[in-house]
Amino acid sequence: MSFSLSKFTMFAAIALVSVAATGAARAQSATEIQLSYKDKKFDPAEISAPANTPIVIKLKNLDSKAMEFESKTLKVEKVVAGSSDATINVRAQKPGRYEFFDEYNEKVARGALVVK
Amino acid sequence: MIAALIIVFREVFEAGLIIGIVLAVTRTVPHRNQWIAGGVLAGVLAACLVAVFAGALSNLFAGMGQELFNALILAIAVVMLTWHNVWMARHGKELAGELRAAGQAVVEGSKSLLALAVVVGVAVLREGSEVVLFLYGVLAGSDDSALSVGLGGFAGLLLGALVCVLTYAGLVRIPTRKLFAVTTVLIALLAAGMAAQAAAFLEKANVLTAMDNVVWDSGWLLSDSSILGKALHTLIGYTDQPTAMQLVVYLAVLAVTFVLMRLYGAPAQTVTPAPAE
Repeated sequence: MSFSLSKFTMFAAIALVSVAATGAARAQSATEIQLSYKDKKFDPAEISAPANTPIVIKLKNLDSKAMEFESKTLKVEKVVAGSSDATINVRAQKPGRYEFFDEYNEKVARGALVVK
Repeated sequence: MIAALIIVFREVFEAGLIIGIVLAVTRTVPHRNQWIAGGVLAGVLAACLVAVFAGALSNLFAGMGQELFNALILAIAVVMLTWHNVWMARHGKELAGELRAAGQAVVEGSKSLLALAVVVGVAVLREGSEVVLFLYGVLAGSDDSALSVGLGGFAGLLLGALVCVLTYAGLVRIPTRKLFAVTTVLIALLAAGMAAQAAAFLEKANVLTAMDNVVWDSGWLLSDSSILGKALHTLIGYTDQPTAMQLVVYLAVLAVTFVLMRLYGAPAQTVTPAPAE
């Protein structure tokens, strides 16, 4: 019983790894956007990207405190330490306006990504 | 103060649910309080460590350190939860029955407790580091009134503890005989949901790009950032825009749990052709 079981887990593991590998091999060209954060403000406050292509946001947190970049509609949540950079991968989106904010200062620190 | 309360509560909510479930699952196991308290404490300490090294962690693996770290600790929790379910399928009756006091069962019981303590630790660690960073940022700055934010944060923490108590109180109302079946299902769904979350983190890190198409969008019906959506997100892994890969991983974990429980479950029953129930 345990023999067939270890076989089963091995097959499952191999299947998962190969699925992951084929995925990683597929290259995608992404739109890169620079964004900075200072004094609880995003600069620029509105960024734009073409629809249906992956997006990479390069975020520079110029404040000394940590912030958490979050967007409910983009399904992104990322802690960015004080005075440091972060890379945020966003999957290809349909046209629309997607709001993002610093979770620690949700009311004031807001911006939006416009996908056209 | 209210903002701080909401932020902290949002983060500890998930850990509160998970600890409540684990407390209910281990209700009949001796010495469970020390183990779970140990898990919480280890989680808090680890959360502080992660918060201190947040910048360094983030920069690992070409900026994807945070995502990979989250995927890894979620995967650990999935393995622990699944292992617990499989272990309970075999030993649950001994623990709940009259053999409960038997030395072997107690020793074996602590193995299972260790697995669940790890799960609790991981739950606290994941959300805890964000709370630590938030509160530290507030205390380090001079512009906000630190006291009121501290109070708000503390109130948020208390509310999270309340979620834990309510979850536990709700689950222990179920009679012990049925509790086992209920918690087995709960833990299997919890594990599947965590595995799907791990897959989502790997997708964000671009490690996993196969089948990354969104299968449906049920955000109009139930957003996973609403309180009910968030609770279901933690409990059964609900997400309003699942990718095909997340669904596959979710179902795979459920299937593997089921198969392992059948194979390793009570040995006397494995020869019975029909299901025991």
